[in-house]
Parts: sequence; C-alpha cells; structure tokens
Amino acid sequence: MAHILLRHRDIENIKKLDVYRQHGGYEALKKALTMTPAEVTNVVKASGLRGRGGAGFPTGLKWTFIPKGAQEVYVTINSDESEMGTFKDRELLEYNPHQVIEGALICAYAVGAKRIYNYMRGEFMDAGYAFEEAVQECYAAGLLGENILGSDFSCDMAPYYGAGAYICGEETALLNSLMGELGQPWSKPPFPAIEGLYHKPTVVNNTETLANVPAIISNGADWYKSMGTEKSTGPKIVCLSGHVNKPGNYEVIMGLTYRELIYDEQYGGGIPGGKKFKAMLPSGGSGPVVKEDALDAPITYEGLDKFGSVMGSASVVIMDETTDMVWMAMKCVHFFKHESCGKCTPCREGTYWMDQLLHKIYHGHGTAEDLRVLKSVAGQIGGRTLCALGDFAINPVLSTIRHFPEEYEAKVKGNSPLNGNR
Amino acid sequence: MSDLITLTIDGTAVSVPKGTLVVDAAKKIGNDIPVFCYHPKLEPVGMCRMCLVEIGLPVRDRATGELVLNADGTPQVNFGRTLQTGCTIVVSEGMVVRTNTQPVDEARESVIEFLLSSHPLDCPICDKGGECPLQNLTMAHGAGTTQMDYSLKLKMDKHVPLGELIYLDRERCIQCARCIRFQEEIVDDPVIRFHNRGRSLEIVTLSDPGFDSYWSGNTTDICPVGALTTSDFRFGARPWELIPVASISVHSPAGANLTFSTRREAKSGGRSVIKRVLPRQNENVNEIWIHDRDRFVHQFADAPDRLQKPLIRKNGQLVEAGWEEAIELVAHKLNGLGEKAAGLSGDRLSNEDLFLFQKFLRQGVKTPHLDLGNRTIMGGDVTAKVGISSGSNLGELGQGDAIVVVASDLHEEEPIWWLRVKQAAQRGATLVILSARPTRLDKFASHTIYYRPGEAVATTRQLLNAAKIAVETAEPDPIKTAADALINAQNLVAFYGAEGLTLAETDTIARLLGNLLLVKGEQPHAGRKNNGLIAVWPHNNTQGAWDMGIHPAFGPGYKALDIPGKDAAAIYAGVQSGEISALYVAGTDPIGDGLLADRGKLDFLVVQELFLTETAKLADVVLPAQSWAERDGTFTSGERRVQRYYPAIPPVGESREDWRILAQIGEKLGLGKTPFAASLVFKEVATAVPAYKGMDYRSLARVEEQWPIIGRSDLYYGGTAYDNKHGLGQQWAAAAEAAAVESFDTADTPTNQPDGIRLIRAAALFTPGTLINHAEVLAERLAKPTLWVNEADASHLQVADGYVVNVAVNGRAVPAIVQMNGKLLKGTAVLRGVPYFPGVVQLEVIGNR
Ligand SMILES: Cc1cc2nc3c(=O)[nH]c(=O)nc-3n(C[C@H](O)[C@H](O)[C@H](O)COP(=O)(O)O)c2cc1C
Ligand code: SF4
Ligand code: SF4
Ligand code: FES
Repeated sequence: MAHILLRHRDIENIKKLDVYRQHGGYEALKKALTMTPAEVTNVVKASGLRGRGGAGFPTGLKWTFIPKGAQEVYVTINSDESEMGTFKDRELLEYNPHQVIEGALICAYAVGAKRIYNYMRGEFMDAGYAFEEAVQECYAAGLLGENILGSDFSCDMAPYYGAGAYICGEETALLNSLMGELGQPWSKPPFPAIEGLYHKPTVVNNTETLANVPAIISNGADWYKSMGTEKSTGPKIVCLSGHVNKPGNYEVIMGLTYRELIYDEQYGGGIPGGKKFKAMLPSGGSGPVVKEDALDAPITYEGLDKFGSVMGSASVVIMDETTDMVWMAMKCVHFFKHESCGKCTPCREGTYWMDQLLHKIYHGHGTAEDLRVLKSVAGQIGGRTLCALGDFAINPVLSTIRHFPEEYEAKVKGNSPLNGNR
Repeated sequence: MSDLITLTIDGTAVSVPKGTLVVDAAKKIGNDIPVFCYHPKLEPVGMCRMCLVEIGLPVRDRATGELVLNADGTPQVNFGRTLQTGCTIVVSEGMVVRTNTQPVDEARESVIEFLLSSHPLDCPICDKGGECPLQNLTMAHGAGTTQMDYSLKLKMDKHVPLGELIYLDRERCIQCARCIRFQEEIVDDPVIRFHNRGRSLEIVTLSDPGFDSYWSGNTTDICPVGALTTSDFRFGARPWELIPVASISVHSPAGANLTFSTRREAKSGGRSVIKRVLPRQNENVNEIWIHDRDRFVHQFADAPDRLQKPLIRKNGQLVEAGWEEAIELVAHKLNGLGEKAAGLSGDRLSNEDLFLFQKFLRQGVKTPHLDLGNRTIMGGDVTAKVGISSGSNLGELGQGDAIVVVASDLHEEEPIWWLRVKQAAQRGATLVILSARPTRLDKFASHTIYYRPGEAVATTRQLLNAAKIAVETAEPDPIKTAADALINAQNLVAFYGAEGLTLAETDTIARLLGNLLLVKGEQPHAGRKNNGLIAVWPHNNTQGAWDMGIHPAFGPGYKALDIPGKDAAAIYAGVQSGEISALYVAGTDPIGDGLLADRGKLDFLVVQELFLTETAKLADVVLPAQSWAERDGTFTSGERRVQRYYPAIPPVGESREDWRILAQIGEKLGLGKTPFAASLVFKEVATAVPAYKGMDYRSLARVEEQWPIIGRSDLYYGGTAYDNKHGLGQQWAAAAEAAAVESFDTADTPTNQPDGIRLIRAAALFTPGTLINHAEVLAERLAKPTLWVNEADASHLQVADGYVVNVAVNGRAVPAIVQMNGKLLKGTAVLRGVPYFPGVVQLEVIGNR
C-alpha cells in the first residue's frame, strides 16, 4: 500500500518542491484557500485526526479553541522529538518536509496565524537542514511569505533549534524556550490556545499530526475515517526498535496489532535469534511496560487501556527474554532524572531518589527496604507534578515492579541471573 | 451580577471577590493551606506542590446548563482524578475545596519529605532557624522521619556571594523562585535567575556587581528558607533572641515603615544593638518592601565615632564637658542676642525636635532667623493646600487614573514611590513624565517629555496651559496629548522633584502643578481622595519641617509671620558679614555641604549632632544628640502621613534627644519646664499646628487589619516582614479637602539657561552622606562621581568612557568618571554621585585624562 505520510519511500526525492508538486503537493493548500477557515477546521475535526505527539488530543477541536477574531495567532510545530525510541518526526522533516509545511500552512490558515515556528530538536542537523531548504524553496515559489498562491493569505515560517532538553517537547516549556526563557513548563491554565507564544493564542501540534492534514483536505474526512478504528482514525508512524530483526519506522493503519507489528515480515520480522518475547515499551520510556498478553491489542489510542499502558507516540521498544528489567527501568529513570526541568518538587527530588535507589538495587547493594522506598517514592510523584514528565518517570518503575517483581527481589537478595543483560 | 463568588472550604462557605485564588480564599477564613512558592504579592507558578488540595466543581447538565443534584438535593460535585494546586486555581461558584483529607495530608507530608531529602538540615546554625517556613511547615505537616538514605544526599556550595550584600546557600534553596520572581515582577530588576535543570537547578546572578538591585534584601525576607541571607546579619544572631522595634525610615520621604531587630550583646558591652532591619507592613506606604539603603544604613548607629559627651572649646580645643556646663554656657551666650542669632536645622529631626527648635529660637532667643540648613526644594505651603488627600493610597491607582512626575528620578530619590508609581502604571494608570533626561520610570510611562535643563518651568507651564484649553488644538502635540490624559483622568497625582532646578524653580513648579490639580474649576482633582501633589522631599521629615514652621516666613501650621526672618542663604551671608554673631546648628552640616566656607565672623557656634561633622569641628559647643533609633518621636512623610517611631537601642554615651537639649537650654531662657517625654511635646505640636489637631501618640499607634496577612504565625505566607502592631500613622488633611482653594500665583522665575552643554546634578540612592558612609556593607555600592554625557558632546569635549575629569561646579572642581550615555539629549550632561548643587551650570571640564 502506498504511504500517506512516509511518501518518500514511494516517491524518490519528494523532499524537492518540484517533485512534491508533481505528486499533488500543495494542491491541498490550494483547496483549503478556497474554503473558509471554519470549513477547513471542520473537515479536520470530522476526520477524527488526533494528536500524534502522544496525548492524542483531537486536532480539529484544538484549533477551535483559538479565540475568534484574535489578532495575533501563532502555529508552532513540535519537532522536539526527544522521547526514547522515537524517530518518526525526524524522518518526515528530512525526507518529506513539504508535507509538514503544507499541513502547517493549512493549520495557520484555519486558525488565522501569520507566523509558524518549527521547534526542532537541537541535534536534528540533517533533518533540520533539509527542512530549512524546503522552507527556502517555499519562499522562492511564493508558498510562504506574502499572498501565498496569489491569495490574501500571508504566512511566514521560522525553523528554530532547541538546545537539547527533552522537557522542551512539552508544549509550554517549548513556548518558553522559543521565547528565550528557561525551558520549563508553566502550570496550565492558561493553555497555549488561549495564551501561548508571547501571550498570544498558539496552536502547538506535533510534526506528524500536521503531516496528516494535506491528505485529509485533499481526500476528505470520510476517506480518512475509513482507515483505522472509530476513535483512532488514519495512519500512524510506529517507531520500532529493540530486539527485533527489522527496526525502523513503519507507517501502519491504526488497528494493526502489536503482534503483527513485531512478527510480520513487512514490519519487524520477529525477534533475533528466535528468542522469546519478554516485554514491550509501547510508548518509549514514558509509558508503562506491557507483557506478552498485550500483544494482540490493536495499535490505537485506547488499545492498551486494559493493559494499563498507552500507545503514546508509538515508539515501540521490544525486549526479549534475556533483558534485565531492573536495568531497563534504571536506564529510563536515569533519563528522566537527567531531563527533569527541576521546576516542581516531586519530579525534581523524586527522580533523583528513584535514580539513586535503582542504581543501588541494580548494582546489588539494595535491600528490600530500598525496594519499598522506591515504590513509595514513585507513588509520591504520581499525580502530583506540574507537568506529565513526573508521571512518565514512574511508569517504567511501577510497571516493571508490577510485572516482574521476581527480578527486583532477586536483585535485592543478590542472586539475579540476568545482571547486566540489555 | 455580584462580583462575589461563593465556595465551600472544608464545609465552611466563604464569599470572596471574583479572581481570588483558592489559597487566598482559605486564608481569609483562617484556613492555612501551606505554601512555599506562592506569595500573595507574586503571580502564582504552582512549582512547589505544597498547596495540593482536593478541588471539586459542581456538575452541570450539558444540555440545560442546570446543576445536577444528588438524591438528597445537594449539588453533585465532581472531584478531579488528582489533587490540584490551590495557589493556581481561581475560585468559581459552587466550588468545593477539601484541605483536611487523607490524600491532602499525604501529599503535604510527601512534599516536605522531598524538600528535606536534599536539605542540609543545618537549622542549628541557620539564620532563618526559628522563623523559617520550612521548619514551621515541617512541624505542622511533616512525618518527622524520612525514608531516604542520607548518605546519598547531594552536597552543594553553602556560601555563594551573589554580590557583597546577599549570600546564597545552595543546599538550603528549595527552588521556589520567589526571589527570582520578586526581582522580575515587582521591582523589574531581573538580575538573578535559575541556571541548569533538574536537581542541578540553581540561582545565579547575572549582573556585575552581583545582585545589582536596590531591592535585593527583600528576597531574604520572602525566601522561605535560609538560602538567602544578608551580609550584615548572617550568623549574627538567632531570630528568637531578637526584639523587634517598630520604626520609620529617616531617609525615605515616602515614610517607609521599618522594624529594627535588636539584641543585647556581650561584644557591645551589654548594649542592645540593631542586628538587622526588616520591613514593617504598611500597605498604604511601602507594603512589605524596603530598599537596601533603609535596610543596611543602620550600621551608623553603632559607629565608634558617634559623639558621646558634650564638647566645649577651651583654649582652642574641643574638650569633653558635662551637660550642665554646656547648657549653661549656651544659654548664657545666646541670652538676649535676639536678631544677632540665627538657627539652622536638618530635616531628619523629628517633629518634636523641630517644633522645639523653632520655639527655642523664636521665643527663647527671640530671633526670627531660622531655616533648614540645606533646603533643596520648596512647596510645603503648596502641598499643605493641594497635597495628596488624606486617606489616599497610591496602591489604589490604576486604570482611568493618571500620574505626572516632574524633574525627579524616583528610582534614585525614593524607590518606594518609584515602585508604587510603576505598579499603578502597570495596573493601567496613565503616566506622564517631564524630565531633563531618561530615567528608569520612562519604561512604564505613556507620555515622556524631555526638556533641556533650564526649561522645566517653561515645559510645566506649557503642560498646564494645554490642560486649560478645552478645545482640541489643530495639531495635538505631545504636551497637549499628555495634558489631556492628565486632566481627563479620574484621579490625578502629581510628583515633583528638584533635579536641575533652583529653589525658586521648584517653588514655581509646585504652584504650576497645584494649579493643574485645580484646573477643573468646580470639581478639581485637588481635595479628593487619591488626588493631589507630592513633593519628592530629600528626607522623611522635610514635610514635618514645613509643618513645624522651620521656615523664615512661616510659624508652625503655616502661620505667616508678620516680619519674615532671614532664610538660609541670608543667614550664611550674615555669618560672613558679621550681622549674625551666633549660630545654632542642629542636624545639618553647612560647612560639610559646602554652603558655608568657615565660621565667618561668628562669635559663637553651637552644633547639635551625632557625629563630629565639618561644622561641628569648628563649633564652640558640640552637643551629642540621639539618633532616631534611640528614642521615640514622629516624622511626617511626603504624603503628609504622621508616623511614630520607637526607641530601639539605648542612647550612645550621654547623648540626649534633640528636643530635650533644646528644651533644657530653653528652660534657662524662660521657656518653662522641660517636658518629660516626646509624647508631651507632640501634644504641644497638636495644639499649635491646626492640621495635627486630634492626633496623639495613641491615635498614631492605631492599626487596622491589612491584606495580605503578614507576620509571625504567617511567615510561610508572606515572609519575615513584620506585621504592623505599632501604628499606621495618620495623614493630615490638605486645605482643599475642606474648602475650595484659590489657584496659585505662578509668576515667572528667573532661570539659568547657559550656552554650551548644560550640566545638572542627579540624585543617586547611595550618594555618600553622613549616615550611609558609616554603613560598611554598602561601601562598595556608594555612587561614584560620574559624568554622563552624550556621545556627540563627549567627542566635542574630547573625553570618552572611563576618563577621569574635573568638572567645575560653582567654583569647585569636582572629580568624576566619564560615562557616555546614548539616551541623553545632546547638550545635556549629568553629574551623579556628587553633593547637591542647584539648577543648571555650564559644563566646564578642567583637564582630562
Ligand atoms: C515531557 C513531555 C515531552 C513531550 N515531548 C514531545 C515531543 O517531543 N514532541 C511532541 O510532539 N510532543 C511532545 N509532548 C506533548 C506536547 O506537550 C503536546 O501535547 C503536543 O505537542 C501536542 O501536539 P499534538 O496534539 O499534535 O500531539 C511532550 C509532553 C511532555 C509532557
Ligand atoms: S514534572 Fe518535572 S519536568 Fe515537569 S515541571 Fe515538574 S520538574 Fe519540570
Ligand atoms: S533562594 Fe530562597 S527564594 Fe530563591 S528559589 Fe531558593 S528558596 Fe526560593
Ligand atoms: S505549588 Fe502552590 S504553593 Fe507552591
């Protein structure tokens, strides 16, 4: 099946403006410009498109939150992509940048924005340069700037590189960082749609979310809804990594099962060495780990509900039978401790202590009391932090303790057979 | 629709104004939701998570919008999945808040545990110990134990100077950002901020010198732990050993309310000494803030060179003597001198001192010649008529109101007023500035009009004339637009200072602004609450000096004298000519100030002082006086608020109150018995000065409840600023409040508009002076003599940044460092950090390198 998002895999050099246009590029924008902004938003709303940044918020609905008649509105593309095991936005920016630009322009038109920022992860050199080239092509071709495609619609685009903090993917931290402030989230409300960049209404959408928009406008909401499930419509890029034969990005229609993703030849192609599946992180380091029983769940926003986990940004990390779960939890927590912005007490202090305790336990110096304290600390963070990072940080800990208690117990008793296996 | 919102907190219904935060609503009914990062004067940020509570909202039917009811008829309430921060959530109708449930208790215990888990727990040596929100909230909500392993605790730097005034202990910091937010939101000095992230988040200073802000000390009051300490106090005493004494700033014309924390110390020979100065809440004056001069200047009180005993010149030498001898001598020398004698006083003396000073001279010595020794600004008679009305509060000005500031750099001259005006502008008041140069306040102004030095009167007159013209001029110029904004404002407050002005010019400007306040004929601004004139006096009691009749033409209460005496300038001339043969100087230093070259032809010079000033060195008798920290008395602020201060420390040596010295000499001259106490002198004042009628020490000590609630048991909420238990003072009513006043005569004043570059002197908060020079910790911050010139003028003068030049001012050569200032108008130069000189002079640079 032809790709909807990863179209560069079907069409060579689609990152070039002329190639993109030869294949219908910017026709959706043209079409959108013949519609009223409200009509455009309604189509996106009707398509059922939900945010691909992790939280799955209905995209069209978010656009309607921009106050009517607001004079200064911004659109910000969230390309910070720093979640462990996530590498989809990078591919889009590098190989299919025009689709992101077109989607963002349609969004800007729909919400009345005259300026779009793309906040890219600081390390995105190749992807960033490719995106910047595409932006320049657009300016040269009148697709950005004044009177786009001869219409009344004018809009600028400014690519921006972050400075390497995971927290700057959180939308309010992102906006603070974009304004030159310390990259810390603010306590919502105010939500960005009401008071965002420079205190003006701002739409923040994930790169992949916006890449869906041109196809929706071109082909209509019904076409889009025909893919996926009722609540999870359309395609989703899954970042598959870990112990699989063929790691990488896969564009799937939502509803595919995790088992198919891992074992089908067109996707992961199974686990190397025929080893047994042990566990999966379905949403990078930030979602709870699941076991084999979840493999037949569909890849949808709700699919993992009953297994206590989430699809999130669909960064699927597979772990085979040899993997040390305590090591995995320690690695994740170390990341969150390193990336905590430090603004709120439970996350700042709690990630520090979880990291200390997990190191102690992993290295065989832990006691049963340490394990109890670890659980307690995680419980003290959960639901009490300013932004979701705190909740992310406890997921790998509590879920591994829940699913693999024996591994922790072995560690604190000093007889873990798995020590060091990754 | 009413603007009150009713909600329920732990079963108690409470109605609060729309927009109130849950924590504040709870505070109003005595429910102390614990907070660390929240501070009632700062925007909420929701960082520390100490204020987590359960918040429920009534459920409404989506279709009808009606409340959904439970079976028992009560509204159904939906509590969120998680606890919410009471400091960021605004109340809404029907909201239900629970603060005493198990989840809330657990959350509080947990936040305390986390905060302590990386805290050094060095309370036994911590300055904040004993008045520490973290300690107090730990006692109230902490578990008393921890699960964490102490050996894994972080270690950080404990003595980080953020400049020489404030030290940071990184281990104690709980990253609440109160300090950062205060600097940014309240005082617009964002010179400290966070660096790094996560557990490495730390406070750093970005300025050179470190923590370069006149307000830095306030951060130590609102810091909820002992992370920030002031260099004058750190490791100096424990809070519970301190006795707080209510006082008033002697420097601050706004009349900042202070608290002296005192302690009896072995190293001071068992004397009580001032260990630190903290703000005392007065929401109508300084709220809960004081600037660093008021905070640190107290060090003069213990200076070793304070005068301890009377000195009498014998054989050409000043030698110590007893009081009896000194008083006898002075009385004897002055007796019967009449008009051959004259008196000069300072404006840092109390009303009681000043009242008796003029009484002593006028009725005892029987001379009409008395004045302030160093008067820099006129207009007390104008503020007496159209000054800011009693009951006014600058904190109430906002949208629809207007403020005009003429010839004053409030940030340097009275930071408290700068802050109040800035905040009014931020609340929406129109701010108009007339100035010879840019100042820190311009940023908040809606209209800024720069004039060349020497043109202040003309520009103010233009403003007044424009305000009088009702019709639109064909082409509205900036002055007309500004004038319209002022005149159409609901409330109008006018400030004027003396920058670049002669005395006569300040007088004219006071009158012009007086007339501006009277423009609206039947319903002038003057006389109404939150309206009126404010003179930016140099000290707290300049207004009081006017009220007490320290003026050659007025007696107490502005009673015009039939035959005016000599003013200071004429007295100085009389000293040189021999017309004046005896001079009584109290609390002023004419020789040090360069106003008097020497003793001239004086036969007898008496000086009443704290220190052996230049004038005192030449005196025949020197009488040691007590500073205001050592006794009680009253000052009258520029808002005409009469406020009491209280004795904080015992007198130095044998020093006496100024008023007592005067009364004791006066007794010898037939003025009756010396009163027992300052309160009795004040009684006399209240009889002699009609506007003070009805005031006494008791009425001045009256207090009312203020918001936010500040004080000992509420440390966690507002910081260590003291609550006001000793008096909010009383504003006396300006004449316009009772009856219409006539407009002022504003005849033209001669003004000096020299050719070439025009030089004026600008005030600096830390300009060297008698008291501030004794404050060791401020030594580094004292304003260095600096010449600001525009680039073009600099190249014309062939000077550049860093050049040291000598500037000729009234025949003296003043050394100064050149600093180019791109914002100055061409042809305007400013000298800063140098003693006062009036008006405008032609810039003359003598030699440069
Ligand atoms: C700690 C944290 C990190 C995040 N990182 C990203 C990110 O890298 N990219 C992203 O698109 N959204 C990220 N988000 C989600 C954003 O806050 C936001 O929900 C999203 O950009 C909205 O776009 P969408 O509705 O199109 O998904 C992150 C959220 C949190 C709490
Ligand atoms: S949860 Fe962590 S990342 Fe989010 S605001 Fe709090 S400290 Fe910062
Ligand atoms: S120094 Fe004090 S006020 Fe500043 S962040 Fe730390 S604890 Fe808060
Ligand atoms: S989070 Fe509310 S007081 Fe700090």
